Amino acid sequence: MTPSLHAGSLHIQQLVKEYRPGVPVLKSIDLRIDGTGLTSIIGPSGTGKSTLIRCINRLVDPTAGQIWLDVAGERLDMAQLHGRALRRSRRHIGMVFQEYNLVERLTVMENLLTGRLGYLSAWKAWRRKFPAEDFERAYQLLDVIGLGSFAHQRADALSGGQRQRVGIARALMQQPAILLADEPTSSLDPKTSVEIIQLLREQGRERGIPVIVNIHDVELARRHSDRIVGMTGGHVVYDGPPAGLTDAHLQTIYGGQAWMQ
Amino acid sequence: MSSPALLPGAAAAPRQWQRFSLGQRLLRYAVTLLIVWAVVQSARTVEVIPEFLADAPEQMVDMLQRMWPVDWSHYPAVVHAALVETLHMATLGTLLSLALAIPLGLLVAGNVTRNRALNLAARVVLVASRSVNSLVWALLFVAIFGPGPLAGMFAIAFRSVGFVGKLLGEAIEQAPRGPIEALQAAGASTSAQIWYGYWPQVKPAFWSVVLLRWDINVRESGVLGLVGAGGIGVALDTALNLFQWTQVAVILIAVFAVVVLAELVVTQVRKRVL
Amino acid sequence: MDAVNTTRTPAPRAMRAFAWSGTQKAVLLAVLAYSVYVIAQMDLSWARLSTGVHQGARFLGRMVPPDLSKMDVLWEGIRETLQIAVLATFAGVALSLPVGLLAARNMVPGYVRTAARGLIAVCRSLHPVITAILFVKAVGFGPLAGILALVVATVGFVGKLFADAIEEISPKQIEAVRATGASFANVVLFGVLPQVMGRFVGFATYQLDSNLRNSTMVGIVGAGGIGGALFSAFLRFEYSFVCTILATVIAIIVVGEIVVNATRKALHV
Repeated sequence: MTPSLHAGSLHIQQLVKEYRPGVPVLKSIDLRIDGTGLTSIIGPSGTGKSTLIRCINRLVDPTAGQIWLDVAGERLDMAQLHGRALRRSRRHIGMVFQEYNLVERLTVMENLLTGRLGYLSAWKAWRRKFPAEDFERAYQLLDVIGLGSFAHQRADALSGGQRQRVGIARALMQQPAILLADEPTSSLDPKTSVEIIQLLREQGRERGIPVIVNIHDVELARRHSDRIVGMTGGHVVYDGPPAGLTDAHLQTIYGGQAWMQ
Repeated sequence: MSSPALLPGAAAAPRQWQRFSLGQRLLRYAVTLLIVWAVVQSARTVEVIPEFLADAPEQMVDMLQRMWPVDWSHYPAVVHAALVETLHMATLGTLLSLALAIPLGLLVAGNVTRNRALNLAARVVLVASRSVNSLVWALLFVAIFGPGPLAGMFAIAFRSVGFVGKLLGEAIEQAPRGPIEALQAAGASTSAQIWYGYWPQVKPAFWSVVLLRWDINVRESGVLGLVGAGGIGVALDTALNLFQWTQVAVILIAVFAVVVLAELVVTQVRKRVL
Repeated sequence: MDAVNTTRTPAPRAMRAFAWSGTQKAVLLAVLAYSVYVIAQMDLSWARLSTGVHQGARFLGRMVPPDLSKMDVLWEGIRETLQIAVLATFAGVALSLPVGLLAARNMVPGYVRTAARGLIAVCRSLHPVITAILFVKAVGFGPLAGILALVVATVGFVGKLFADAIEEISPKQIEAVRATGASFANVVLFGVLPQVMGRFVGFATYQLDSNLRNSTMVGIVGAGGIGGALFSAFLRFEYSFVCTILATVIAIIVVGEIVVNATRKALHV
């Protein structure tokens, strides 16, 4: 598989997010993610993992800080973008959701094509006049995720694991510079969870892009990630290889006092 | 899981994607064609003078200007009494319609009345009642009873029979059979079955329909006066014929207010009782 | 062995099954009192009623047999009625799409939504006949006034239902489409419309039926259609022609209902 046209790198500096004034969920996060490899973010509920991921593509607006995205030779601060520029840069960030977020009434093929909407005018989109390469790529991706014969099925006819694969394929259709996943396995059974996370890791490797995953299951993270970022109380408290994640670290992350405050 | 390598010489036939199957596409074409034909036919032959259409915004602005300032003094003088009369027409008309709607609803329901001929007859009556506009009913009753709110009340009643009767019939047909069978097994007469078996089950739906119809009737009663059947429509007709636009304005505002009020009442009753 | 009480006392009032509560009785009484009051206000005496019934019978006598001599007048009116219904529904439904979108809380900022909802409320509250009168005064007699009046009614009805439907859709599906960098239009096309299109078509077909009914009577105030012929027939006491017109109108509406229902079934809405 050809690597993504532009691999990207992410540099988060002093990111702060307050949903209510004076009560910050993210307390000055510094993080650098580039190269290839799957980075898992772990931590207890409410610690801001999902917020962090959603700040990257601005589904949530940060309160302060910078989110530098290097892509196609350009360096953009996602936190400052608006309107058209924001939409343009979102094209380079693929996202996979916990509840798949497929458009239920559209077919699998149409859901895949949704990934290319950032590049198409409304008129063409209405008539489904996507360029031929998009269709080709879509069929190839369907083969890759093992759903080759499902192109014409409606999305709501699929099982959870199948839907998540379509979700991943949709994100990959964007030919993204980085791939985000917000708890992609939380709604799936253990076996399917492993398959999904392996799929994410492989695709990241083949395309040479970093993959950032938000995850609850520590074991899953340990076994399938190239790097682990542990968060608690809105801070990053561990950042390193899975092998280095000791019980003491886990105690800090999950059992420590900080997240109880 | 990398993509399958293409064998040399294998013809990579591009896979085509079609959004709709052939059958679906034909159907869509047919429907689109029908709509386009209907619209074009209508547009070509309808007697609309394009200049009037172009003139329209100017004319409407002119009309609005003539309505200002609103003649509030007209309200206590004429409008208030007329509004009250309108409300009476609507309410009594709705109540009166129940006298016919309930038996017809029972007759049209397949599970209460087994006789197919009766079902059909009841359905015809209900459809006829619904298909004739309340305004047309008003014309009829003004010719029979003479002008005044009496004609309007009957018009509302006769129009509402079709609405309430049809929905009541549907509610009865959808009532679960269980309690009815229990009553039958205990030897209850038909009227007992209806009163103790069907009625408690359709009560919420029934009152909901009646409330809805009352709301619509308040709106309808407002215009019946245009053909002489009493209510605020008479005042509106007078004001329009005398070109008293400021009075027209206060009447329209009053009608709007009453309609909004009626909707509020209906929402409140719905919340508390249903 | 006297465990059983042999004296029989009547069941206490409160335990009698199906008895009407105090409130229900009061309501019934109030309704009856109100009816009596209003009937008195309307000057409805038995004498008047009996005259009325008498008149009604004479009426029916005059209506039958229906007058079949003026079929061309009838046909003209019906044709115009159908034109009004078709054009008004087409234009009204087309307008309701953007108006409904603008009136949905999850699509636009608060003040836009309030303005759009206000517009829809005004369109709904005015009876189509009243708007027809206003348009007749504004653009003159003829079907144009009727069409405009029914467009307003359509926007009020379909616009509201459409806006409500949009407000009920799942935000998650939209979120995903936004995350790909799609423009607002594309988000609507791929995220919103697939979720609500089915219901929208349902509303539109219902409104077609409703407009068909309304278009038969806007002619009474001069806005085109068969209503005009009906009104003049009344004024000229040509009751047998009235009968013909009414029968035709009923027939058209019934046929219209059947056609619309069949189309809805065919398109699965």
